[in-house]
Amino acid sequence: MSGLFEEIHEQPNGDVPTRRVTITVNGDQRVAQIEPRLLLAHLLRQGFRLNGTHTGCDTSNCGACTVLFDGKPIKSCTMLAVQADGHEVTTVEGLAGASELHPIQEGFKDEHGLQCGFCTPGMMLAAKALLDENPDPTEDEVRWALSGNLCRCTGYQNIVKSVLWAAKKMQAQ
Amino acid sequence: MGREEDAGTVGELSQTGVSKVTTQARDEIKIGGLGASRKRVEDNRFIRGKGNYVDDIVLPGMLHMEILRSPLAHARIVSIDTSKAWAIPGVRLVLTGEMMATRNLAWMPTLSYDTQAVLATDKVRFQGQEVACVIADDPYIAKDACEAIVVEYEALPVIVNPTQAMAEGAPLIRDDKENQQDNVIFDWEVGDRDGTERAFAQADLVSTLELHYPRSHPSPMECCGSIADFNRSTSKLTVYMTTQAPHIIRAAVALVAELPEHMIRIVSPDLGGGFGNKVPVYPGYVMSILASILLERPVKWIEDKTGNLISTGFARDIYLRGEMALRKDGKILGVRMHTDSDHGAFFSDAQPSKFKIGLMHSAFSCYDIPSAHLTARGVYTNKAPGGVAYRCSFRVTEAMFFQERMVQAAADDLGLDQAEFRRRNFVRDDDFPHRTPFGFLTDSGQYGKCLDVGLQAIGYEDFLKQKEEAKQRGRLLGIGISTMTEPLGAGNSREYDILGIKMFDSAELRVHMTGKAILRTGAKTQGQGHETTWAQIVAHELGIPAEDVVVEEGDTDTAPFGMGTYASRSTPVAGAAVAMVSRKVRAKARKLAAHLLEVSEEDIEWELGRFYVRSAPDNGVTIQDCAFAAYSNMPDGMEPGLENVAYYDPPNLTWPFACYIATVEVDPQTGVWDVLRVVAVDDCGVRINPMVVEGQIMGGLTEAYAMASMQFITFDAQGNCIGSNYMDYLLPTAWETPGYELHEVVTPCPHHPIGAKGIGECATVGGPAAFVNAVLDAIKDSGVRNIDMPLLPDRVYEALTQRHDVSGAPPVKMDDQ
Repeated sequence: MSGLFEEIHEQPNGDVPTRRVTITVNGDQRVAQIEPRLLLAHLLRQGFRLNGTHTGCDTSNCGACTVLFDGKPIKSCTMLAVQADGHEVTTVEGLAGASELHPIQEGFKDEHGLQCGFCTPGMMLAAKALLDENPDPTEDEVRWALSGNLCRCTGYQNIVKSVLWAAKKMQAQ
Repeated sequence: MGREEDAGTVGELSQTGVSKVTTQARDEIKIGGLGASRKRVEDNRFIRGKGNYVDDIVLPGMLHMEILRSPLAHARIVSIDTSKAWAIPGVRLVLTGEMMATRNLAWMPTLSYDTQAVLATDKVRFQGQEVACVIADDPYIAKDACEAIVVEYEALPVIVNPTQAMAEGAPLIRDDKENQQDNVIFDWEVGDRDGTERAFAQADLVSTLELHYPRSHPSPMECCGSIADFNRSTSKLTVYMTTQAPHIIRAAVALVAELPEHMIRIVSPDLGGGFGNKVPVYPGYVMSILASILLERPVKWIEDKTGNLISTGFARDIYLRGEMALRKDGKILGVRMHTDSDHGAFFSDAQPSKFKIGLMHSAFSCYDIPSAHLTARGVYTNKAPGGVAYRCSFRVTEAMFFQERMVQAAADDLGLDQAEFRRRNFVRDDDFPHRTPFGFLTDSGQYGKCLDVGLQAIGYEDFLKQKEEAKQRGRLLGIGISTMTEPLGAGNSREYDILGIKMFDSAELRVHMTGKAILRTGAKTQGQGHETTWAQIVAHELGIPAEDVVVEEGDTDTAPFGMGTYASRSTPVAGAAVAMVSRKVRAKARKLAAHLLEVSEEDIEWELGRFYVRSAPDNGVTIQDCAFAAYSNMPDGMEPGLENVAYYDPPNLTWPFACYIATVEVDPQTGVWDVLRVVAVDDCGVRINPMVVEGQIMGGLTEAYAMASMQFITFDAQGNCIGSNYMDYLLPTAWETPGYELHEVVTPCPHHPIGAKGIGECATVGGPAAFVNAVLDAIKDSGVRNIDMPLLPDRVYEALTQRHDVSGAPPVKMDDQ
């Protein structure tokens, strides 16, 4: 997939050093030849065209760019793509199975956990990291786990309900 | 929430004639009509990460633009050297003010009849102002090149508040304007000066209050951005951009860039929130357009968060003072208000033209006050321009905050219970239509009932006892009330326009042969859920299931002309247009039904989704039958097809009302306050989708809590913006944000076709005063009358321990100064 990203550089500048990275994204091995300063969020978006990872604040406060890095939630806007070399990344595009939604996705729709949708991918991935570790969280535990992700539309109450809805469904499965 | 009892809610409305019978309402819930908490259709793409925001759009050959901003708040530009930037491989264009000026684009008109610099030519007037921009092959190169531009500045004295702006000998900020002798933008007044004088002469007691509503930023999660794509071969300019009002932008681009309007297509794709921030025209949009015209390639500009916070439409930043004439039995006789508003370097508010300080004069509309008078002055300062309606109908947030703080202060001065004082002064339910002291006409309200529902929910009497008991143990509990009504949904067009363009809205409905339909409106959703709720109005009016109606907005080539979505005007205006266009379509369908049933039109009755013969109710045809006939079996002489368009000019604003109550506990050792409970009682008339309404209320309450507790942007004496990123500009997370208890009162709007009113902003407008009143109530014994928002712990602690009011007006003193 490196070719896609190189499209951006119409006249590749020979002086700029690049590095080859191999990253497992949503289960698929992806290879890219990149500048070392490229941020992971930008590689995912522009390079791999996985637009579900949003960049909101550039300072790792808002969490719109949250992805799972070897299963842990990280802010991909403040991580260099080269740091992901040899690691596994899960984005929102990797949440759903081939035919059905992840219970967290269903929960967000069912409990009206989103409005403009911009924070939603990051919120859902932060929620997944929580539920992977703690399948039966309290409301306070959900609120704490999501406190690295900002939302301006919902006031969080329905986001918390969405995550609890998903926890219940996942436990029943 | 797909609740069965919703059917009851709608059924109740039959008494007002808005809806029909309960059985119809039940059927209607099934097809996703009015009152159904229908799950949102837009969610299907958002939860998969498949939204289509501006930054997600990639066009072939697209270049990237970055903006170089001024580090100084007020400075003359001595020189700009761009040579090093041009030398960087991959740089395609470097634009400066001088180059923009050769194309007459260095300045642009604002939405308030002022001008604003696109790129600075003479001097910079606020920190973060656009000085140059670079277009390059990728955003990293563009950023490198911006850093390679050398600008020499000569610093000038800086103004950061109205007092400095109006001081004698103050430096002139807008020396570019020929007739501008000082820093005053406008002096404006409304109300009855003499009548108010007389009211004050009769007063037993005069209460006063003075406060600063701090500068805030709407700060949607997604920043602003655009992709301009000028095609030389067709002469067509397409701009994908973050705008809440695409048609206004098209008009502005036609005027500024002098391009023919039919050759401009503005597309507003999915928006990551707006809250008023995405109404104005920003320099970045204009630069990307010029760059695309010059380079004949698509040019993408995506703002970073700092750029968004320091240069785009801020909100509030206004000094309010006022006094209330009171009779000792608790009756309000009159109100005087004065506002000094800080508009930054350019007057670029997006306000209705006639009202210089927005709808500030909607203050005190829910109270029966014989006379009132408001004077307002706006000034330039060396701060970013804006004054946008941040989740607010043109300054009503400031109006209602001042109102409810003033009412609280007056109740305290009179020694009256705050709920009782409100009750004694409310406009009575049977006193509508009511002319407010500043001249608005309110048409409906049940303010007393709304307050009572709130008091009962919070357990008012019990809490007062609990508060007293806690006091004995040294704990500080407080309760704050805010009751208000606000004008939402501008126009009517007689009184409301922006730059002369009347504030109506529109909807276009096309029913296909198989009874499925597409609806387009002049509004633009940013998270409000129009794709879901507009279809519900069509379902209500036509009986076509909501899932059979696709909604499309934001493309000026296809959508009918409308003024866009802000100021809670979507449902009051565009939503009404959806109902009206559906009725037009139904009128034609009735003719088709008569033809199919072989009876005259007069013999036909309508029930949800079906026409039938009055004398033989079993003999009927569905709306889908009529749609099919419109393409396959129309009567002789009838124009084929089943579609129409409606432009809706509302007869009045809608007047939702609400009661917000918060209880808090203040820690006397630290000044930290915790919210114990929040009760919200909203009346937005008929609720199209209760789930969506409740979502909006909770979002609004959170912005209210944010402003009361942490969210503000301030400046030091040099004009440095404090709050230029999310490390300094604090927004509440899930952890701090309180839980909410929602209640409702339903008073259908008498003039809206489906009885609905605006709701998106009510809680943001009315909420802040509830929190602030609660904290001040908790520390009442200290004699403190006001602490400016946000009520940061150090401010509360200072008030408690020093027993004086605490101002939050800039400039702030920084530790290192």
